[in-house]
Amino acid sequence: MNSEQMTLFSPRLAARFDALVQKYPVKRSALIPMLLYAQDEIGYLSDAVIAEVADRIGITGLEVRNVATYYSMLRFKPAGKYNIQVCTNISCMLRGAYEVYERFQEELGIGHKGVTADGIFSLEEVECIGACCWAPAIQVNYDFHDELNPDHVPGILSGYRGKARDEGSR
Amino acid sequence: MPRLVSHPDEVKIVSRRFGMGAEKIDRYVELGGYEAAKKCLAQGPEWIIDEIKASGLRGRGGAGFPTGMKWSFVPKQSAKPKYVLVNGDESEPGTCKDHLIFLHDPHAVIEGTIIAGLAIGAKVGFIYLRGEYRYLIEIVEKALADAYERGFLGKNIFGSDTEFQVITQTGAGAYEVGEESALMESLEGKRGIPRIKPPFPAVVGLYGGPTVINNAETIASVPHIIAMGGAAYCAVGSPRNGGTRLFGLSGHIEHPGVYELPMGYNLKKMIYEVGGGVRGGRKLKAVVPGGSSTPVLLPEEIENLGMDFDQVGKAGSMLGSGGVVVIDDQTCIVEFALRTISFYAHESCGWCIPCREGTDWLKKSLTRFHAGFGAASDIENIQYLAENMLGRTFCPLGDAAAMPTIAFVKKFRKEFEDHLNGKPCPYAREGVPQLTVV
Repeated sequence: MNSEQMTLFSPRLAARFDALVQKYPVKRSALIPMLLYAQDEIGYLSDAVIAEVADRIGITGLEVRNVATYYSMLRFKPAGKYNIQVCTNISCMLRGAYEVYERFQEELGIGHKGVTADGIFSLEEVECIGACCWAPAIQVNYDFHDELNPDHVPGILSGYRGKARDEGSR
Repeated sequence: MPRLVSHPDEVKIVSRRFGMGAEKIDRYVELGGYEAAKKCLAQGPEWIIDEIKASGLRGRGGAGFPTGMKWSFVPKQSAKPKYVLVNGDESEPGTCKDHLIFLHDPHAVIEGTIIAGLAIGAKVGFIYLRGEYRYLIEIVEKALADAYERGFLGKNIFGSDTEFQVITQTGAGAYEVGEESALMESLEGKRGIPRIKPPFPAVVGLYGGPTVINNAETIASVPHIIAMGGAAYCAVGSPRNGGTRLFGLSGHIEHPGVYELPMGYNLKKMIYEVGGGVRGGRKLKAVVPGGSSTPVLLPEEIENLGMDFDQVGKAGSMLGSGGVVVIDDQTCIVEFALRTISFYAHESCGWCIPCREGTDWLKKSLTRFHAGFGAASDIENIQYLAENMLGRTFCPLGDAAAMPTIAFVKKFRKEFEDHLNGKPCPYAREGVPQLTVV
């Protein structure tokens, strides 16, 4: 498949995928990056996304699912526009990650893997994100926020609410 | 943005360019960058491997295997292409050193990859970063584009007739992929399950070709070793443990951060002088010396403990990834053990039964135990189960889960027994939420 053909993805991403399958000694090496970048754009790995990725790589949809289900960042239903991932692993736990996580739950009214009714936020308790010396740390989509305490939570949320509003009005 | 720290005892080799704008290629070159790769290109593979052997550099991912020896295992002649694979899937709880390398000095990783490629006769190198490190992948990709533009990478590196290409790869969330054979599987677009060894990657690795896999910190050390000389680098460290290490101090420590200290640096001094002691002037209860898979140490065990692979090994633990997690006297060790095993249960890939079932049952037992519904026999069962996981799996994840669990039970048996009174955790502080499990 090339970007001239029917695609679910933006022209930019489709072009990127055309390049990605050429990048490796073996085409299939493009699979995991492709799934992650597709998810970044579409929001989750829908049946249609899986079918197109399978087609681009030249493997079956089942083979794609077999791989995709292994990786914790890949998901099969939509998350919020901003997916809040709170690390509660040991280094973060010792510095109050559970208090931060609890505050997010209170402010958003959702629990682990929940999505807010307006679709702006989702929440996830995650394993170590590699920010142990700046704990407790979270990621909102790919952005790190570190050295947090529960009182930082409302500010973080209002920042992203503002961003969502700005993007909505554009 | 991760905060940089510093301490007078630090010997900055790998971290020497942190915070100096070296992610920009001009600055990196101004600071002496890519000179080591040019020198290696002129000197040839045998000279490079000899320098790395002389440096005493040992794998910074955790296993501590001598890097020069690893490179020398790659056959000179090979029908299949050879590869260099840089492991930046940094995921061991307590470890965030590679995060800083990619952020502040991506060209050091690229230059180290070129040198490793020259040493083994590979034309292609891969830099694999965990999916969560997206902003760091973007930094590395920008650095790569700049290196290609300068002709440091490509068909004719540094104007020679030698070819070397570097390709980045993103993971998508999996601790297990940090294991070398699982990493190769993932890079081939598959589930990250480990391969049986032998054959070792040096013989049959990525796409079936001979492959050298090194941790990002190991690779980033290489250009510095070439620049300063293997013997000079070696002399910084302790016997059989060359050079320095990026130690990550986290947990209940006054000044957390990543500090570069000579191999063999005293752990007690590291906590009390470099790290400023236990947070809030509290007492030290225990310390995890090298990432969450390494057996916990008691305060009396760190008095004269030098932080190198051999000394920590002799003390019954491991230097691991250099992630030092400090635990104060108000922490419940059963809760800490539960959070540790929950991670391994979540991350077990399920390929080997002792690990898949073992981690899950340890998590179930510890969950029940921590909630106050344990039986005295559970303590023996936890120990028995963990001991029976050791050495019975394709990869070390099973051991990584079992080893710390055995140490928690052995060294803090009284705390386990205190949980037997039928109440919730006797060590729980007021206002601390009950531990939930991912």
